[in-house]
Amino acid sequence: MAVRGAVVIDQDRCKGCELCVHACPQHVLRMDTEQYNRRGYRPVLLDESENYCTGCAVCALVCPDVVFTVYRYPRAERAAAAA
Amino acid sequence: MTKTLWKGNEALAEAALRAGAEAYFGYPITPQTELLEYMARRMPELGLAFLQAESEVGAINMVYGAACAGVRAMTSSSSPGVSLMQEGLSYIAGSEVPAVIVDIMRGGPGLGNIQPSQGDYFQMVKSAGHGDFHAIVLAPATIQEGVDLMYESFELAFRYRTLVTLLADGSLGQMMEPVEMPPFKSWPAQRPSWALTGAKDRDPRIISSLHLGAEHLEALNLHLQEKLGGIARQETRYETLYAEDADYLLVAFGTVGRIGRSVVRQARAAGLKAGLFRPISLWPFPEAALDALADQVKGVLVVEMNAGQMLEDVQRIVRNRVPVQFYGRMGGSIPLPDEILPALQGLQPTPRQQNGRRPRQVPA
Amino acid sequence: MAIAPAPPHLAPPLASASAPAPTLQVIYERPEAMTEASTHYCPGCTHGIIHRLVAEVVDEMGVRERTISVAPVGCAVLAYQYFNVDGCEAAHGRAPAMATGLKRVLPDHIIFTYQGDGDLASIGGNEILHACARGEKITVIFVNNAVYGMTGGQMAPTTLPGMVTTSSPYGRDVLTQGGPIHITEMLAMMPGVAYAVRRSMHSPAEIRKTKKAIRKAFEAQQRGLGLGLVEVLSSCPTNWRMTATESLDFIRDSMIPVYPLGDFKVHSELVG
Repeated sequence: MAVRGAVVIDQDRCKGCELCVHACPQHVLRMDTEQYNRRGYRPVLLDESENYCTGCAVCALVCPDVVFTVYRYPRAERAAAAA
Repeated sequence: MTKTLWKGNEALAEAALRAGAEAYFGYPITPQTELLEYMARRMPELGLAFLQAESEVGAINMVYGAACAGVRAMTSSSSPGVSLMQEGLSYIAGSEVPAVIVDIMRGGPGLGNIQPSQGDYFQMVKSAGHGDFHAIVLAPATIQEGVDLMYESFELAFRYRTLVTLLADGSLGQMMEPVEMPPFKSWPAQRPSWALTGAKDRDPRIISSLHLGAEHLEALNLHLQEKLGGIARQETRYETLYAEDADYLLVAFGTVGRIGRSVVRQARAAGLKAGLFRPISLWPFPEAALDALADQVKGVLVVEMNAGQMLEDVQRIVRNRVPVQFYGRMGGSIPLPDEILPALQGLQPTPRQQNGRRPRQVPA
Repeated sequence: MAIAPAPPHLAPPLASASAPAPTLQVIYERPEAMTEASTHYCPGCTHGIIHRLVAEVVDEMGVRERTISVAPVGCAVLAYQYFNVDGCEAAHGRAPAMATGLKRVLPDHIIFTYQGDGDLASIGGNEILHACARGEKITVIFVNNAVYGMTGGQMAPTTLPGMVTTSSPYGRDVLTQGGPIHITEMLAMMPGVAYAVRRSMHSPAEIRKTKKAIRKAFEAQQRGLGLGLVEVLSSCPTNWRMTATESLDFIRDSMIPVYPLGDFKVHSELVG
């Protein structure tokens, strides 16, 4: 069963530098086009419409502003979630 | 307590250790190097931190680092070296960490020479670095007084979280005199509450002189000025000799202040009612005491080993109530009584009004 | 803190209290040795990553409570606001001297400096040279972004030949303005240096290697082996006039040929 993960994005910390968007192997990150964050940047957004996050944390690795907190679903939940 | 014979530089070093110095960072420069050499021998014996730095710039910043840990840290240097330390002194003052610096003055400007001089008065009293601050500046006239002032230096530095400077000329550093060395001071074990000791079970502490907001830096400066005002009220020191009934006042500090005692005695013997006013704290300057004396005398002679620096403070305080004359020697020449006495006697009536700053007159 | 909208087909949003939140394994979260402050660094500036790596190493070594940071003058002048440790602010270039003073009176504490290329290789050249010569047991994080960032992108000793900066507007002319200083290689020659390497921020893999290097530099201090120095090629999107991602390419394509990555001194006890 594929590893499934999730990220919590602190949108107000994001400065819109897009380093994570380019680095994400699953291509599930894109810049928010509807809203600005408190600092006036377009923050990053998790978009699993075509693919899903595996919780690999590359986004957190390349992020200069500690915007991401990364989680992974344990095996049991994964099975339940996929059913 | 018995007196023992000490060389000035070494006496100041030992006195600093007796005062509780824990860390010394310095750099060789005549005429103060023996202070560093003494520390190199003595501090390892006491398990204390000694290091000769790569330069005076390195040394003062090592002092700054150690002081941030709440440690009693000091350095010593001489005029050109102190010029290199000025940036560090300003940082130390701006972040209110205590530190002690000894400046054994030499001939200037530039490389000058290694002869004694008082040419650093402006540098240490008026502006020991950029920005508005003052170090407490103490000017001993004898090696014993140097020892006694050094013995108090760390207490002053820690009480007011400020810089304390011992300012003496090269002759005091190099000569030997009998001295009574005080016992080792004991200090509380724990460091002050502001010291960097590692954020264990508490929030991190930051020591910095950076305040980007104008209102924050202004608040810091207002606080510094308030503190300096408090120091000025409590820490002024000076000595007088025969000043009570003096007609003419000789004002001099350090070595020249000591020579002034002889001059005043010789003047009295020659029938001239002269008195000595010797500031010991150059900052805070003993303004009130001099101001009061200025009302009682007919003239003031300022004698320095420079072109007239403390002179400007004396003129400011006397405010032309009476003539203020100046007699100076430079280049390392020490003014002796036989040349100062005629200058003092020259204050008596019918002297030509002078601009208060005239080059030395070579005696006939 | 806004929560990213949870994808529809997964369990209900993480934060909603009503549904039982699935027991999630935390893969990555903010290191304890990093404060909550948002940094002032420009978008995409990799200073932020280097700060985080240092904080992660401090956490993993369990030394946060006896670590003291010495911040430089430059873009990282506010570094002490971002490290959750006791910190102080050195005059420009003097951090190694200040760290020496701290280490000499607090030998059991972990002291590290965090310096830029102007701070360390230009005005502070003599200070780092002698801290290394003395083998001070401190750790030096040396961020090389080829310019003076804080003051608006002037030429630094590390500026590349031909590189345009505000003080080399016609491109750095090596004949009149000197060539790049390879200070890490020079300092690695000092016996007192236990660890001297150059890493880079230009890819996830290199970021991981940088963290390992920072760990070893701190180990060099912890085990009293000597001075640990990690030079990190870092980006400056604003002053290079590039996007954050173009800046990483610039590091890879232009800086690395001038500043090859590698290990220049590794104490025997740090190998492996």
